[in-house]
This record gives sequence, structure tokens and C-alpha cells, in this order.
Amino acid sequence: MEVESLARSLAEQPFCKALTQSQVEFLAGCAKNARFDAGEYLVREGSASESMFLIRSGTVALENYLPGRGSLKIDTLVPGDVLGWSVLLPPFRWHLDARALEPTLAFALDANCVRGKVQADHGFGYALTLRLLAAADERLTQARLQQLDVYKAELR
Amino acid sequence: MTDALFPEPMAILRIRNETADTFSFDLDARPRGGFRFAPGQFNMLYAFGFGEVPISISGDPLRPGVLTHTVRAVGPVTRALQGLKKGDVIGVRGPFGTPWPVDEAQGKDVLLVAGGIGLAPLRPTIYSVLSRRKVFGRVCIAYGARTPGDLLYTKEIARWRGRMDVQLEVTVDRGDPEWRGQTGVVTKLLRHFDFTPHDSVAMLCGPEVMMRFASRELEGLGMPAPRIYLSMERNMKCGVGSCGHCQLGPTFICKDGPVYPLTQLVRLMSVREL
Ligand SMILES: Cc1cc2nc3c(=O)[nH]c(=O)nc-3n(C[C@H](O)[C@H](O)[C@H](O)COP(=O)(O)OP(=O)(O)OC[C@H]3O[C@@H](n4cnc5c(N)ncnc54)[C@H](O)[C@@H]3O)c2cc1C
Ligand code: FES
Repeated sequence: MEVESLARSLAEQPFCKALTQSQVEFLAGCAKNARFDAGEYLVREGSASESMFLIRSGTVALENYLPGRGSLKIDTLVPGDVLGWSVLLPPFRWHLDARALEPTLAFALDANCVRGKVQADHGFGYALTLRLLAAADERLTQARLQQLDVYKAELR
Repeated sequence: MTDALFPEPMAILRIRNETADTFSFDLDARPRGGFRFAPGQFNMLYAFGFGEVPISISGDPLRPGVLTHTVRAVGPVTRALQGLKKGDVIGVRGPFGTPWPVDEAQGKDVLLVAGGIGLAPLRPTIYSVLSRRKVFGRVCIAYGARTPGDLLYTKEIARWRGRMDVQLEVTVDRGDPEWRGQTGVVTKLLRHFDFTPHDSVAMLCGPEVMMRFASRELEGLGMPAPRIYLSMERNMKCGVGSCGHCQLGPTFICKDGPVYPLTQLVRLMSVREL
């Protein structure tokens, strides 16, 4: 019953739009609701990636820690965004910190469970990987634009 | 319109510092019976003894008594403008150029995408749309700046954001520890707006690279290219299409632009060093 209602809410996530209903139900078996207070870390750099997150409400900052300069915000995630392709990629560790900037609700997808299902059902694995690849591509394009520092170069 | 070739003297009524390098000033247009312009148009501003530069009008078209510009000080003329005080006089020629398609946007969703000082040329559109809010569909404004300290018009932004009938999102490329808002590029804001891409008009203003990425993102979301408009920039001299300084492909930005539909620019923008 709980999995059914989770599957219904999961299906509304943009990340799940390209998955079939049965794939969403399959994924829902790995999902649980997670809540984070403002300032609380979802993940810490270097730690094992135990969950992947789909943000439902709130804002999450992605940060890199630079010695001497503190935590540098490099991106923010908002409802509809996904955090966590490292759950599929060895060595299964986070490359950055993710911290809630305000009270945040997310679906937490258990990493072991997701990896198991990807192995067990390659059709599902392909669909999920394609979604993660699309998210990664989008993030990479944005990171490239951000790196160009266009407003500094702007000579208006 | 002032004489297209001879600057008309106008006095500075008020100056406001917007950020460390950007300021707005109001010119007194009352003695000449007001200054009428359409959102998106620009003036040639003459700092006596230094030279003349094209600057977009950033004020309210419904308040013709004051003529407002927002300037980022980057070189000799804009720095000379920055050094002026209340009561000082500058020369004005204009208004020049094509306006934003505010009328075409009636009955449709309106999407405004501004990067850096690109918010200045779009502000008259915001005033215009909000003054006749009911005739437009959803109004979405995406604004990106380099850092929180580079954000323009912060009080107005807070007011617009507080309205139930406006979706406004701000992001900075580099957030500082105190920044509680979004970090990342302006293009990523677009997919989170609630709007109908095939029934919208988009107006983009900012660095060319940002506009290129944003227009691709909008096309990806389903916006037809003819409904995406961009404001272009090149160095200018005459402002009236006779010197050739502002040439962009076969067009002159001062009279055929600065606002162009994407369809007209698509080929030009992909040609390097144009
Ligand atoms: C239609 C139009 C509207 C504009 N609106 C505004 C505005 O609202 N606010 C504002 O601050 N600026 C605006 N600009 C840009 C402004 O005109 C330039 O910053 C100004 O001409 C610089 O003059 P300067 O003598 O201070 O510096 P310059 O010494 O002339 O320029 C300093 C540096 O900026 C570069 N540069 C100068 N003009 C441009 C340009 N147009 N595009 C790209 N690089 C340039 C120069 O190559 C140089 O590297 C606009 C330009 C155009 C064409
Ligand atoms: S500035 Fe002279 S032709 Fe445009």
C-alpha cells in the first residue's frame, strides 16, 4: 500500500516522466520519504553514496570545500531535480557536499536497492541510466556556461 | 525624439548606485514635455569632453517626465558618466532602435530572461507588462548575475517576486556563504517555470553566450524560434544607420536592432567574429 502511494507521487517527478508505470513501481520499491532541516546535510563529500535523491520541495546547495576559503556554493537543486548519479558509479562515493538551504522534502532511493534492480532488469537499468545521463548532460552544459564567467567577460 | 544627430542637453535629477560598478540616473525630461520611448530602445548619451555611448533606457515608459538609464562603468565614457553629479548636464540623442515585442505578447505567456546588466533594457518591459497585467498570460522572469553583490534593482525584484501573478527566479553564478537563493546559470531556471512554451513570447538580454544557451534551452522546451527575441550589441557611433560601426551581418544594430527575433539571428550568431 505504502509502495503504491509512493509510486503515485514518484510518477509525478520530472525525473520519472520518461519511465513506464511499471518501471516507476519497480523504482518505488527502493524509495522512502526523507526530510531535511535548513542547514542539514543530505550528503557529505567522500562519504559512501547510500541514497540517490529526487527533490520534492525546498532548495539544496551543492558545495565544494576549499581549504582556506570554506564551502563554495556551486549549484542549487530545486524541486524536480535529481542528486546522485554516483550511486551507479564506482567507487560509490560523493564528490561534493549537499546541504538543505531551507526545510526540504525528497525521495531517498536506496543505492544498494537501485543497483540491484538495475542489474536484475536491464530494460529498467537502461531507462534509469538514460534519465541520469540526461541530468548529467544538463548539469555539464550548465557547468560549462558557468565556467565561462560570462558576466565578468561582459563588456557592456 | 531629439534631433537624430545633435545631442540635446538634459540635467541629472537623481543618481543611485546599484552595485560597485553600476549606477542609475534620472534625467529631467519635464522641461521638454517628457521623453517618450518604447521598451528596448536606447539613447546615445554624450559625456561632454569624453564621448558618446549607446545606453538602453531602463525607466518606466509611463513616467515620461524622468528619463532613466542604468550604466555599468567599463571604460572612459561610462566612467565619465559615473563621475557626474546631480545637476550636471549630459547630451542625449534618441530614442533609437527596435523595441521589445510587448504588443505581440498580449494574450500570451511572457518570459523575460536577463543576465547581468541585461536586466536594465528589460525593466521598461516589466513596467509595461505589469501596468497592464491582465492582458498577458503568465509572466515569468529569470534573472542571473555573477555574484549576489552584482544584482541590480534588489528592492524592486523583491516587490515583483512578492506578487502572486509573477513568477520570478534569481540565480547567481557564484554564491557567497550568506546567499540563500539559487546558484547556477540563468538557463537552468527556465524549465521550472509554469508556462506554455508554444504560446509564449520570450525576450532575452545579456551576454551573447548566455542568450545563445538560453534560446537553445527555450527551443528545447518547445518555444517556436520566431517568438524568441534577443537584444544585440556592438560598438556604435552614429546611431542612425549611416556609419556602419554597428554592423551585424547584413544589418545595422542601431536601426534594424537592437531587438531581433531569433530566426533572424540564428545564422548570424553561429558565424564567429561577426
Ligand atoms: C544598443 C546598446 C545598448 C546598450 N545598453 C547599455 C546599458 O543599458 N547599460 C550599459 O552599461 N551599457 C550598455 N551598452 C554598452 C555600452 O554602450 C558600452 O559599455 C559603452 O559603449 C562603453 O564605452 P566606454 O567608453 O565606457 O568604454 P570603451 O573603452 O568603449 O569600452 C570598454 C570595453 O568595452 C568594450 N565595448 C564597448 N562597447 C561595447 C559593446 N557595445 N559591446 C561589447 N563590448 C563593448 C570595448 O571593446 C572595451 O573593451 C549598450 C550598448 C548597445 C549597443
Ligand atoms: S552606429 Fe552607425 S550605423 Fe549603426
